[in-house]
Amino acid sequence: MFAIVIAVLAAAPAVAGTVHIAMKDVAFSPAKIAAKVGDTVEWANKDFVAHTATARDGSFNVDLAASKTGRTVLKKAGKVEYYCRYHPTMKAEIDVSK
Amino acid sequence: MKLATLFCAAAFACSVAGPSLAQGTKPTDPQIAHIAYTAGQLDIKAAQQALDKSKNQQVRAFAQDMVRDHTSVNDQALALCKKLGVTPEDNDTSKNLVKDADAYRAKLASLSGAAFDKAYAEHEVAYHHQVNGALESTLIPSASNGELKSLLQTGLKIFKGHEEHARSLASSLK
Repeated sequence: MFAIVIAVLAAAPAVAGTVHIAMKDVAFSPAKIAAKVGDTVEWANKDFVAHTATARDGSFNVDLAASKTGRTVLKKAGKVEYYCRYHPTMKAEIDVSK
Repeated sequence: MKLATLFCAAAFACSVAGPSLAQGTKPTDPQIAHIAYTAGQLDIKAAQQALDKSKNQQVRAFAQDMVRDHTSVNDQALALCKKLGVTPEDNDTSKNLVKDADAYRAKLASLSGAAFDKAYAEHEVAYHHQVNGALESTLIPSASNGELKSLLQTGLKIFKGHEEHARSLASSLK
C-alpha cells in the first residue's frame, strides 16, 4: 500500500500550490514573492477601498472591491511586476520559476 | 508650474493655519474631522463635474475612482466620528477649502473637451498634493485620538496613490 502511494506521488507532476498575498494598508504584503509556473496567486483585499493587481506585461488584472479575494494562475516563468491601477504607489513583483 | 504649485501649497498651508486656528493652537479633533471630510466631499464634487463634462474614458475612469474611494473614506470617517461621539466642527480652513473649490469648479465650467480634461487632471494633481501636505504637516500630527490619527494615516496612503494616478493621467493628456 505504502509502496503504491510512493509510486503514484513519484509519477505525478509537482503539485501546484497557492501563494497568498494581502492588500493591506495600501500595500502588497509581501511585496516580493517566489512562485512556480502553475501556482495560483491569491490576493486578499483587507482594505476598505478597492484595489487591483495589474501585471505590467498584461498577463493578469485582478480587480477587487473592499474585503474581496481574487486569484490568477501563473502560466509562464519570469519576473512579473504588478501594481494597483487605482493607487499606483502600490507596487510588487512575483518571481516565477519553472 | 513649479512656482504656481509652491504658491498653491503655501496658500493652503496658510489657510490650514488660518484665523480660526490662531497662532500656535492646533486644530481640534472635531475640526480635523471636518477638514478631512470636506476635502473628500470637494474632490467628489470635482469628479462629478468631470463625469458631467468629459468624454475621455481615462478621465472618466479616474473620476469614478475618486468618487468611489473618497466616498469609502468619508463613510469610515463618519462611522468613526459616531463611534467616538465626535461632531465634526466647521472652521475657517474648511470654509476656505469650499470657497477655493467653488471658484475652481466655476473656472472649469467654462472649459470643454481636451482643455477641460487637462485642467481637471492638473488640478487633481495639485489638490491632492496640497491636501496630502496638510495631512502630513498639520492634521495627522495634531490629531489626539489614536483611531482618528490612524484613519488619517491610511487616508494619506490612499490619497498619495491618487496623486500619483493623477500625475500619470495628466502626463498622458499632454
